[in-house]
Amino acid sequence: MAEASDPGTRANAGGWPRWLRLPPVLGMVLALMAIWYVAVVPMNVKEVLTAAERAGVEVSPPSAVDRRDMGNWALVFRNTHALGNSWSSDRPKLPAPHQVLVELYDSTIDEELNGRRGIVRSGTLSNRSLVYHAMVTLNATFLGFLIGALLGVGLAVGIVHSRVMDMSVMPWAIVSQTIPIVALAPMIIVVLYSIGVQGLIPKAVISAYLSFFPVVVGMVKGLRSPDAMQMDLMRTYSAPTASVLTKLRLPSSIPYLFASLKIAIAASLVGAIVGELPVQKGGLGARMLAGSYYGQTAQIWAALLVAAALAALLVYAIAALERRTLRRMGMMP
Amino acid sequence: MTLVIFAVLLWVLGFGLNVMLANGPARDTGAVRLAVPLIFGLTILGMWELIVRGMQVSTVILPPPSLIAASFAENLSTLWGDFVQTILKGALSGYIFGCGAAFLTALLVDRSDYLRRGLLPLGNFMAALPIVGTAPILVMWFGFGWQSKAAVVVLMVYFPMLVNTVAGLSETTAMQRDLMRTYAATWGQTLWTLRLPAALPFVFNGLKICSTLALIGAIVAEFFGSPTLGLGFRISTSIGQLDLGMVWSAILVSALSGTAFYGLVALAERRMTFWHASHRGDR
Repeated sequence: MAEASDPGTRANAGGWPRWLRLPPVLGMVLALMAIWYVAVVPMNVKEVLTAAERAGVEVSPPSAVDRRDMGNWALVFRNTHALGNSWSSDRPKLPAPHQVLVELYDSTIDEELNGRRGIVRSGTLSNRSLVYHAMVTLNATFLGFLIGALLGVGLAVGIVHSRVMDMSVMPWAIVSQTIPIVALAPMIIVVLYSIGVQGLIPKAVISAYLSFFPVVVGMVKGLRSPDAMQMDLMRTYSAPTASVLTKLRLPSSIPYLFASLKIAIAASLVGAIVGELPVQKGGLGARMLAGSYYGQTAQIWAALLVAAALAALLVYAIAALERRTLRRMGMMP
Repeated sequence: MTLVIFAVLLWVLGFGLNVMLANGPARDTGAVRLAVPLIFGLTILGMWELIVRGMQVSTVILPPPSLIAASFAENLSTLWGDFVQTILKGALSGYIFGCGAAFLTALLVDRSDYLRRGLLPLGNFMAALPIVGTAPILVMWFGFGWQSKAAVVVLMVYFPMLVNTVAGLSETTAMQRDLMRTYAATWGQTLWTLRLPAALPFVFNGLKICSTLALIGAIVAEFFGSPTLGLGFRISTSIGQLDLGMVWSAILVSALSGTAFYGLVALAERRMTFWHASHRGDR
């Protein structure tokens, strides 16, 4: 890795001012934060001006009706003196980053440690904390991922070994992915509910549907990756199909498997979150919908941040597993 | 019960026919390649109909295909309105705008090594995020109309498209770029004659991924608030009325338009990247 990125750094070092020469990703994140803080001002200007007017500050078009029809930037420039509260308003349209972080702290650590229903006082996770909701989502994600991955590997093994399955199932697997599955989400939940299945399973079904396809595609490629020479060697041993599968095809498909598992687990998380929208029984998706009903934007952003962190964590975990496995198998130094 | 036995018979018949076709003498002709998946699909549809009728499954749980078809034919005008609202206004406009913006950003990013090394990991990270979650926020900002749906779609397609285009633009080898330099080609000429064509397979890969994402974004955004038409609205209200025929018709519309959308992009890809290794084999 170090050698690969080295020439780029050297070629680039002269052209940039010193403070920008931090690792580029950090620079980009800082730039995004700056844009966010600036964007907060025009996004919230109307609410802030109304509040300022009530507090007795002179506001440029004095009537709220006039202000409603004006552009946000025009209002900002005419009232630069009254914008002090932009980054601390109560129900912002766009909360500032620090407001989201405060909400995140309040609804995770603070709620669990000091809340009446927190884990310290009651012994169970508080149902008002994001930790609890994240666990609900994670359960569905894992179950769906497991079903999807097993189904995907099974289908791939079938497709590689049977020409009929290859020709008849593969086109439909592709078509199945062009169907916007989330359109089916409320449907699947209602159907499963009416036959008495509820809770984790319906969400897991949606997760599984989203995660099986990358696994099928990756595994079919992986199982077919041994070259003709290796297959011929197995034939000279007169190895049965099962041994070819376990001793040659499966081991050589492992890198492909992990590449698709990383995509699949991210898709599986999206599936779980979408599956939580129709049933309001906890989970990050339910939390987002609740936030949107009650105008608690900071709550939505906090739930989004937790979802983002979960996605990063899950992909990272699979990548770590991949490194360990490949190193054990001698495929990676 | 007899209907269920018929279903099993149908399966044996359909699958047997497929086995015969797939291993028969005509196995590599185009007709067989088309026929096998079609027979498989029709067999499944037939079994669905027979089993649902044979086991007397309540239509609330799973309506038979014939009922869905009838409901589809009855509500054509309503469904057309939903199609225009969700697919044409919401998904398509967002798709064009989002992919176009991502493409232009990629050209910009490509000119600066710093931007590329900063934005690419960030873009990869964002592409894996559940961006669907921003739907409630965007609906709050842009209102219930199709504009908010288009905004969700823009956000969803932007990062996958950006990452793919940037990866595609760095696809040329040093040798090819050196050749362009010996011709004294300008940046624009190099881009137009060498790097864009080389990037096309990646660009189309991004466009294909985004075609599905666009529909998902547009439909999910409607769950958070919409005017009284649109596929997402139709699905959520029809479920409330237990009008499952209508629900499945709306799903059918979204499935058909999703497949058609993807198919069009794939067709354009085949036309424009006919030289690529993955297309040369199947002429």
